[in-house]
Amino acid sequence: MERKTPKYLFWRRFTKNGLAVCGSIIVILLFFVAAFAPSISPYDPGQINIKDMLQPPSRYHLLGTDQLGRDVLSRMIWGSRISLMVGFVAVGIATVIGAFLGALAGYYGKWIDTVIMRFVDIMLCFPAFFLILAVIAILEPTIWNVMVVIGLTSWMGVTRLVRAEFLSLRERDFVKAAQAIGSKDVRVIFLHILPNALSPIWVSATLGVAAAILTESALSFLGIGVQPPTPSWGNILTAGKDNIEIAWWLSLYPGLAILITVLGYNLLGEGIRDAIDPRLKT
Amino acid sequence: MFHYLLKRLASMVPLLFGITLVSFMVIHLAPGAPTGLQTDLNPRITAEARARLEAIYGLDKPLHTQYLIWLKRLMFLDFGNSFSTDGRAVMDKIVERVPVTVLINVLSMLLIILTAIPIGVISARYQNSLFDKFTTVFVFIGFAVPSFWLALLLMILFGVNLEWLPISGLKSLNYEYLPTFDMIVDRVKHLILPIFVSAFGGLAGLSRYTRSNMLEVIRQDYIMTARSKGLKERDVIFKHALRNALLPIVTILGLSVPGLIGGSVIFETIFAIPGMGQLFYKSVMARDYPVVMGILVIGAVLTLLGNLIADLSYALADPRIKVA
Repeated sequence: MERKTPKYLFWRRFTKNGLAVCGSIIVILLFFVAAFAPSISPYDPGQINIKDMLQPPSRYHLLGTDQLGRDVLSRMIWGSRISLMVGFVAVGIATVIGAFLGALAGYYGKWIDTVIMRFVDIMLCFPAFFLILAVIAILEPTIWNVMVVIGLTSWMGVTRLVRAEFLSLRERDFVKAAQAIGSKDVRVIFLHILPNALSPIWVSATLGVAAAILTESALSFLGIGVQPPTPSWGNILTAGKDNIEIAWWLSLYPGLAILITVLGYNLLGEGIRDAIDPRLKT
Repeated sequence: MFHYLLKRLASMVPLLFGITLVSFMVIHLAPGAPTGLQTDLNPRITAEARARLEAIYGLDKPLHTQYLIWLKRLMFLDFGNSFSTDGRAVMDKIVERVPVTVLINVLSMLLIILTAIPIGVISARYQNSLFDKFTTVFVFIGFAVPSFWLALLLMILFGVNLEWLPISGLKSLNYEYLPTFDMIVDRVKHLILPIFVSAFGGLAGLSRYTRSNMLEVIRQDYIMTARSKGLKERDVIFKHALRNALLPIVTILGLSVPGLIGGSVIFETIFAIPGMGQLFYKSVMARDYPVVMGILVIGAVLTLLGNLIADLSYALADPRIKVA
């Protein structure tokens, strides 16, 4: 039948997987929250109101207020923009670098491969969090630096994946044919091989968004990420730690938001992987 | 075996060299001089004083010269002196911090192994049972929980509300006056939360990995052979299946070393534990370049050693691997 294209099979497997559907719903909801933050947040996230400081959750402030009397729910809604942006920009950078280096290493082989893969080995030796911390603290902790540095320290996995794909694809007939009619290397790499190597890249990028969001929140929590007064889930948690004896709501809710978001991207990523190749299912 | 060890060691040399180069570049290519904290805040500082400060720290020389000087000292395990006011040798500062970090990481690694492997084995043996489903959910949550948030929640629950466990430091203020037994109890109480927090993420990962390995091994022919010759189910699982499923786990444990060391920054900062992670955090904030570079190098070398140990034990444990 005409309908049994790979795309159709992918969708059928994906939509049958309950966990993957849950993941996509979480991810889509988060997009809406971030996109409509100005209209859905009940208060201005920067509105300081000292006489309402550290109020527990109530009818007026559903998730309570922080040490400056700002509404926690509103700050969390605006914080979702930061998480989303960091996740996507960092992963974008890592994926472009990783795919490019992996393609070079896998396609050309020989010394190019050796040099690139040794560099990957070296980068993988560093505890990533050490490296990120060092660079961001020296560069000044702004949100752009956070995104760029997370991206620059997380491309190694993609490189390995893409290289492995290229190693097997470059021996295939369609590549040989393209080379035989005299296509330039750039054309063969980007128009013939890369499109066939995309599926593992999608999976690793989706899982990468989750990892980047976790890293950003940890950095902001340590005070080296997104700086107050810009709200991010991580820096609300810093306030939670400072008021740990009196204000549990400052610690509980932002972390829950991180947990659910990361869970959503992880479920989505694994769902895509299982739907692409059911044999890999664990 | 000896031959294999030599070969592995030789392959580490270029990696070590690369590690030093990256550590050096990362710190020195970034804008912002290490003397910045001392000079920028002082409006009356003269250009001459600034130059003198830079000369003291050797920052007036060209980059490659600085690197070579640093590298030469590194050969003798001399990381230079800290920029902080105490000016102590970096090596001394780091060495006194390493035992706490290693202790916590080793204990949490043990906790991971002792709990994750049985969990993985049981959920593989009883695939799709209630237990298996429960652990699958636990694993997904375990992957997604930010460790510092878990630490905060546990601190609120056990420290603030129940008052069972202390929430910071390694010992109580009155530690010196306690009888020996209470001293030990005090230590253990301070370590419970940090160890649990640093183990949590790895717990999820390893139990899932054990489960999928076991599932693969259980389908093998030799397991059917073991069953059909009438062995007890316990022997089949623990003697025949588990041994084979455990092999790749050795590699995973080696690969998890950088994550554990990196994570120490977070939980040592939260729990105020005077380990390598806390030293790193403080040095980064103070732009204490020699300490930062020293810890970057040592962290990476610990990772290399972790991988080496994993590879060696794999080669020892699996006769199929040709070590020559």
